[in-house]
Amino acid sequence: MPYMDYAAGCPIDERVVEAMVPYFKEPGNPSSVHSVGLKARNAVEEARQKVAELINANADEVIFTSGATESNNLAIIGYAMRNASKGKHIVTTAIEHISIINVCKYLQKNGFEVTYIPVDRYGIVSVDSIEEAIRDDTILVSVQHASSEIGTIQEIERIGEVVKSKNAAFHVDATASLGKIEVDVEKMNADLVTLSSNDIYGPRGVGGLYIRKGVKIQPIMLGGGQEFGLRGGTENVAGIVGFGKAAEIAKQEWRSEAERLAKMRDKMIDGILKAVEESYLNGHPEKRLPNNIAVRFNYVEGESILLSLDMEDIQASTGSACTSKTLQPSHVLMALGLKHEEAHGSVLFTLGRYSKEEDVDYVLEKLPGIVERLRMMSPLYRRR
Amino acid sequence: MGVYSEKVMEHFRNPRNVGVIEDADGVGTVGNPVCGDLMTMYIKVEDDRIVDIKFQTFGCGAAIATSSMATELAKGKTLEEALKITRQTVAEALGGLPAPKMHCSNLAADALRRAIVDYLRKKGDFDRIKQLGLEKELEKMEKGEEEEDHEHGEVCEA
Repeated sequence: MPYMDYAAGCPIDERVVEAMVPYFKEPGNPSSVHSVGLKARNAVEEARQKVAELINANADEVIFTSGATESNNLAIIGYAMRNASKGKHIVTTAIEHISIINVCKYLQKNGFEVTYIPVDRYGIVSVDSIEEAIRDDTILVSVQHASSEIGTIQEIERIGEVVKSKNAAFHVDATASLGKIEVDVEKMNADLVTLSSNDIYGPRGVGGLYIRKGVKIQPIMLGGGQEFGLRGGTENVAGIVGFGKAAEIAKQEWRSEAERLAKMRDKMIDGILKAVEESYLNGHPEKRLPNNIAVRFNYVEGESILLSLDMEDIQASTGSACTSKTLQPSHVLMALGLKHEEAHGSVLFTLGRYSKEEDVDYVLEKLPGIVERLRMMSPLYRRR
Repeated sequence: MGVYSEKVMEHFRNPRNVGVIEDADGVGTVGNPVCGDLMTMYIKVEDDRIVDIKFQTFGCGAAIATSSMATELAKGKTLEEALKITRQTVAEALGGLPAPKMHCSNLAADALRRAIVDYLRKKGDFDRIKQLGLEKELEKMEKGEEEEDHEHGEVCEA
């Protein structure tokens, strides 16, 4: 059963589950002064240390949230609100995660200005265009490290240098890159970095935000002063412990895992492009996440490919409008300059820790026939 | 995949009447590839009855299943009976469709309607077109709105 939708949801590593189990059962609140509370507090702080080590940060620069979406909200809204007196302009890109795009739209309705930098046809944001977009009143630049949808990796270190030289704060959404390529907050010159637990085989419902020492943000979840006063609410202790364990494993294993996945990725991309005529790669051919295979097929629609793949027990994803709640094709695919009908034919396979080479062979065996069958049904194929 | 009824999936897996009728008596097309759905219906008519029908569809699972179901419902019917097939009839016969798909991908009944108008138009039977209340449909087709005109647009641009 080739599950190839790791970008949508990762299975939780057995070792992570084991580490979490005791904390599901125990009552400890990390804010309590008694010994049971202290045990929970220690578990949370140990997890914080592990997450910090994965990204070359100090433990007191990491806070826990409910996931990447909350971290993106907190980073951008929290920073913008706290620093509005310095300026009200934000720079981001056209291919950010929807939680960034929607947060920026929200700020636009609330007196901020946002510049969305376009990307080239591979999804690369030019460093120069970021530099040109930064104004005197620009307070924050937010750029994703890599795209889960098209796999493209940005020149994040160079962008970080430019942002620093212009005295703006730099937010990096590292949801898709964490545990797959190096995420080092120092090399990136990042001030804020979004981290996701599930994307590194930790539990869902947990995430993190790196906040460089000295960078001021305002909480958006108000409560009892938890997480250095930046995120109210009793900590999700079991979830945080799981995220910590997942970070520990990722630190030890990401390099070898990335190498293994990249070979499978290349085999799969080459195999698909050779076996199916008029098939194309979405995203950058080299600057690419090791687990990402984003392709598109002319004359067929993505959802019907997904249904057909699922009939063969292969799970994948698409940026096609037909599977989205808004019935719009993905803004990321459109930002590449694809036509609507090209975006509709896109399929995304994402590999992960439990993917095997046989899975790739199986998909390569089944996929060409699936596309062929749908093309034979398609009036567009007949017209071509 | 879970979003569709078993009946929809069954028609998606084994669509009925897929293909092209080269010497069709009527051809109807609706949809727009920009929005992700385009379907063409071909009919053969004898003694006012649809004796053969085939379709080609570019689109999602619902688009393919509704096309298949519409052809099944229409085959063997008189033109008048076939014109009573609506989007609703097709969706009900499939055990329902997810709400967003009711508008965007459920175009097969419209394609069938246009195939019937095309048949009558080719025959020069404009009285019949009038009698069946199909003048507006004909007007749109004459304007070449086959692909542009569909209710899907408003959803698409939403």
